[in-house]
Amino acid sequence: MTTTNEVPPITVVSVLVPPRSWRSDWRAIKVVWRRELIRFRRDRLRMVTSLMQPLLFLFVLGTGLSSLMGGTGAASDVNVRTFLFPGVLTLAVLFTAVFSAGSIVWDREFGFLREMLVAPVGRWAIVVGKCVGGATVATFQGLVLLALAGLVGVPYNPLMIVLVVAELMLIALMITAFGVMVAARIKTFQAFMAMTQVLMLPMFFLSGALFPLNNLPTWLTILTHINPLTYAVDLVRRTIFAFIDVGPAGASFVSGVTWGDWLVPMWLEAVIIAVMGLIMVWVAVIQFRKA
Amino acid sequence: MDSLPREIDTAATPAVKVDGLTKDFGDVQAVRGIDLTVYTGETFGFLGPNGAGKSTTISILCTLLDPTSGTARVADFDVLTQRDDVRRNIGLVFQETTLDVYLSAAQNLEFHAELYGVPRELVRPRMKQVLEMVGLWDRRDSLVQTFSGGMKRRLEIARGLMHSPRVLFLDEPTVGLDPQTRSSIWKYLYELRDSEDITIFVTTHYMDEADHCDRIAIMDAGQIVALDTPAALKAQVGKDRVEIRTDDDEAARLAIREKFGIESRVLDGVLTFSVADGERFVPQLFEMGMAIRAVSVARPSLDDVFMAHTGTSIRDADQAVARGSGPPPQLAGRR
Repeated sequence: MTTTNEVPPITVVSVLVPPRSWRSDWRAIKVVWRRELIRFRRDRLRMVTSLMQPLLFLFVLGTGLSSLMGGTGAASDVNVRTFLFPGVLTLAVLFTAVFSAGSIVWDREFGFLREMLVAPVGRWAIVVGKCVGGATVATFQGLVLLALAGLVGVPYNPLMIVLVVAELMLIALMITAFGVMVAARIKTFQAFMAMTQVLMLPMFFLSGALFPLNNLPTWLTILTHINPLTYAVDLVRRTIFAFIDVGPAGASFVSGVTWGDWLVPMWLEAVIIAVMGLIMVWVAVIQFRKA
Repeated sequence: MDSLPREIDTAATPAVKVDGLTKDFGDVQAVRGIDLTVYTGETFGFLGPNGAGKSTTISILCTLLDPTSGTARVADFDVLTQRDDVRRNIGLVFQETTLDVYLSAAQNLEFHAELYGVPRELVRPRMKQVLEMVGLWDRRDSLVQTFSGGMKRRLEIARGLMHSPRVLFLDEPTVGLDPQTRSSIWKYLYELRDSEDITIFVTTHYMDEADHCDRIAIMDAGQIVALDTPAALKAQVGKDRVEIRTDDDEAARLAIREKFGIESRVLDGVLTFSVADGERFVPQLFEMGMAIRAVSVARPSLDDVFMAHTGTSIRDADQAVARGSGPPPQLAGRR
């Protein structure tokens, strides 16, 4: 630039910012991601409270339902708590991820979002950083619950753990992206909370986290099949039960989602989650371009 | 605090160059065709009542809003077509705080440095420099939520400087701060313009602060109604304000009207009138034998300038802000 550059005093550390390139966007993704981790680590209360709900489902609802079904034949082969475990893992991820995404609304209310939006980086990088950050935190919460596997009759098989963690990451990414997409247009945190209550609970109940999806009435089957969370819960459940011997009767409870008579393969479930996640990230990015 | 006599190179590429800029919000014309040149290295004050279009203009210059028509160049980059280049070369301090209060001061600056692509090896030394300048280096590891309002503001100024911007935009940087903090903020701004090659573009409601600027522009109803150095603007208003206390105000008022043709007003036992060169005028009153007990002659203030150009006192606008009535409507919609 052709301006008068008088020599500044020697003590001044002058910075020459390089032009924007893919590196600027990459650094932006990383720093937004890192901020999520720092904020989460500071927020011990949130760590604990977001485990509350899954634990309630697992041990209170799980134990209660066990006594209800204690006498019946087929169900007795599958421990109810074991059956609920994959759904509860997903639930932990679900809540943590949505809360992380909700921090965008928080940032907007407290002004920090503006600091990010005026930076000379692509807004997509901010959105992606936020999604990856929220997903990391949510996966971590899933991991904490996974440590309890032994209490509900799930073995600590290393291969199983690796697979489940990978699946939880994918799921966490999809859900965070969903949350960011919703958060993009919402101005207050209260409104975001209300919105998530309206969306999250139905999604959770329709996901097969709490009951098997076989033999449901048609209307309910349709609703569960269009719910992306269904494939998330089913994927985790099939992975975990692949490492547990439940006998042929028990296996029918955990046999997986079918489209008509066709059993949806696990790889396709993973693809569905990934594709849904990508679409939601994409929509979130478009929302933020306009914001 | 007197502003230092400074040399500004008006021939150099201007820091900000605005031509025929307009901005419509639906039917409302917030900015009605303004032209503006801010020279490199100058401290430029931007004044106006609430809703005058100041914030809209500054938002356009910062690439946060697109103009309806006209052009604006900042640091020699076009705000519409070279958005990222403009952003890399400007620092922003907003009216409302935009810090992450759950992070430490240093973490806020690191975040900023990463977003603006500050070379890694320079992050630490530059951080030390800007934090020392605003007196917060010792508090770098404290969480921002433990900071007072003035400290947050100083931290924001430091953050806005992390990437060595060529132009620093400050939108009401001292609003809501106590007088001591206000003057310390200005002390930092002075140090800044002396130590770094930077142009400062500041909007303010405080006339005493505007006095510290090299030049000021007064904006009213979407147009720039005055643009010059504070001294020149005051000279344009011309007349001094003379206040006298007499034994008989009514007799004095009539005498002044009769002898000099000057209308004056009696307010709270003080006779007030405007006259050119008041210091030379007052002795004439004594020569008349008027029984004067006290005299005060005031040079025109920027408040008088502001009043002359906009028809309102800046204090009214000031009080509206102090009461917390918030930003003008077009600002609120954009957050």
